Amino acid sequence: MALKIITGCVNCWACEPVCPNGAVFAAKPHFLIDAGKCGECLGDYDEPQCAAICPIESVIVDTLGNALNPSGSLTGIPPERWADVQTEISAR
Amino acid sequence: MFAENDVGLQTTEKTVAMTFPAAGGGCSAGSCGSSLAQMDALSDAVRAKVVDHPCYSEDAHHYFARMHAAVAPACNIQCHYCNRKYDCANESRPGVVSEVLTPEQAVKKTLAVAAAIPQMSVLGIAGPGDPLANPQRTFATFRQLAEKAPDIKLCVSTNGLALPECVDELARHNIEHVTITINCVDPDIGARIYPWIFWKNRRVRGRAAAAVLIEQQQKGLEMLVARGILVKVNSVLIPGVNDEHLKEVSRIVKAKGAFLHNVMPLIAEAEHGTFYGVMGQRSPTAQELKSVQDACEGNMNMMRHCRQCRADAVGLLGEDRGAEFTLEKVEAMEIDHEAALARRLAFREQARAELDAKRARAHANPPGAQVISLHRPLRKPAGRAVLMAVATKGSGLINEHFGYAREFLLYEVTESGARMVGHRRTDKYCGGSETCGDEDSRIERIIRALDGCEVVLCARIGYEPWSRLETAGIKPDAEHAMEPIEEAVMAVWRRLLAAGKLSSPRASGRYA
Repeated sequence: MALKIITGCVNCWACEPVCPNGAVFAAKPHFLIDAGKCGECLGDYDEPQCAAICPIESVIVDTLGNALNPSGSLTGIPPERWADVQTEISAR
Repeated sequence: MFAENDVGLQTTEKTVAMTFPAAGGGCSAGSCGSSLAQMDALSDAVRAKVVDHPCYSEDAHHYFARMHAAVAPACNIQCHYCNRKYDCANESRPGVVSEVLTPEQAVKKTLAVAAAIPQMSVLGIAGPGDPLANPQRTFATFRQLAEKAPDIKLCVSTNGLALPECVDELARHNIEHVTITINCVDPDIGARIYPWIFWKNRRVRGRAAAAVLIEQQQKGLEMLVARGILVKVNSVLIPGVNDEHLKEVSRIVKAKGAFLHNVMPLIAEAEHGTFYGVMGQRSPTAQELKSVQDACEGNMNMMRHCRQCRADAVGLLGEDRGAEFTLEKVEAMEIDHEAALARRLAFREQARAELDAKRARAHANPPGAQVISLHRPLRKPAGRAVLMAVATKGSGLINEHFGYAREFLLYEVTESGARMVGHRRTDKYCGGSETCGDEDSRIERIIRALDGCEVVLCARIGYEPWSRLETAGIKPDAEHAMEPIEEAVMAVWRRLLAAGKLSSPRASGRYA
């Protein structure tokens, strides 16, 4: 079991220093997690540290592909509101 | 450094002197009155620290340039006015950068900028995340720069969460200026500004998060002041959230020894993707901003010349020359560092001499000396305050063509002096003003931006904008081209007074 960083990561470096196992590393086009080193922080912390500091929703997922920070959970913007605003902007 | 002492003007039989108390005493450290009064109120030691820092001295900002090195991408909190996804070369606001740099790249870029722009006096680290959430990168940059360009002042701008644990290291690196963004001192208000913080290995949310952040900010402020580091407090004015509360913030940070308070307007557009932008939280109007700044001023020195620059801004405040110094361009530059240092030192000497001369002239011929005391008017002032806009490209002179001005500085002019009360941009937060909109909509936008101004002073102006301004009730004035701003606006004010135009409140509509 290991977490995974997917497309959408903005390479802000926040997760890299907080990983207790040194599993996070800079890569192109975005940061990655070494699955061999990641233990999802079990036994180390209550929350996986990368997911606890990550500012971007939906870019850290578990082995089932579920986002640890689902849409709306970090910004407080309801996803449907965000969708409406994006439609509005592209119609300008 | 300056010829005058802290006491101000001499009293004569017929002249009631304007006396400015030393910092910390009496009338809130010279927070009332002109820019000159603000500088006079400082102790020599503090004045020496701010005299060439554009963000800490309004006078200095006409002459000196700064750059922000974007070495700090990580952040430990989320603010509702920030979106960490954005990276747009045409946007100008805090938190936005084009490229994140390693400390080594940042040092190279800083040296290149300092060689090309002799006005450069300050290197700040302000993001795009929080500098103290990236301590290794931030302090590595400071360490290398202190070695390679010891004449450049270093400063840092932080949300304050990690500040207490970093204060000793900041002091070790000789950091003389720290800015803390403090939007509230009440966790219930904080809960409406900060959705979460990363604290002690957990994501903490809501009121509890705000309470920790506020406690850390206040503790950090006290620790910095105890070490003699100058602290500027930035506050984002969010209408309906903290507008009333900021007076309390100002009172508290002043009491704890903050040097300067900078109340900035919220920038919130849906297309920025921020919580406030998307949820329809509005920004304050220029009038709302000014009235909060004025209300705080009873307590505190207020910064009115902030341009809310990008975390990779380069140049004088109000201009951004970042595009001239991309990594690629910096790599190709050949630099003679010794010659560059000599140019900077020569520039500084010249600028300080000009500032000294300006201060000496102002003291020799103080605007209100013949009539009044600043603090206890003996009679009704002779004329009302007039808001004037000025087009300048630096050096404290009226030296910009009306049509080229990307911003206007605003001065409130009364018989006791002129003081800068803000600026108005003529372009949008996303740049590219040349390409968007025709001339007609541009002049309309400028007229809207100059709402409340009665006069606009510039070096030159064309016939067409001249008549459009007059029709809108704003008097264009190009007679003071190349003159020092404060002397020019005072001259215009006195002329209006002599013409009998300042005895009654401003008539709405057309300028008489």
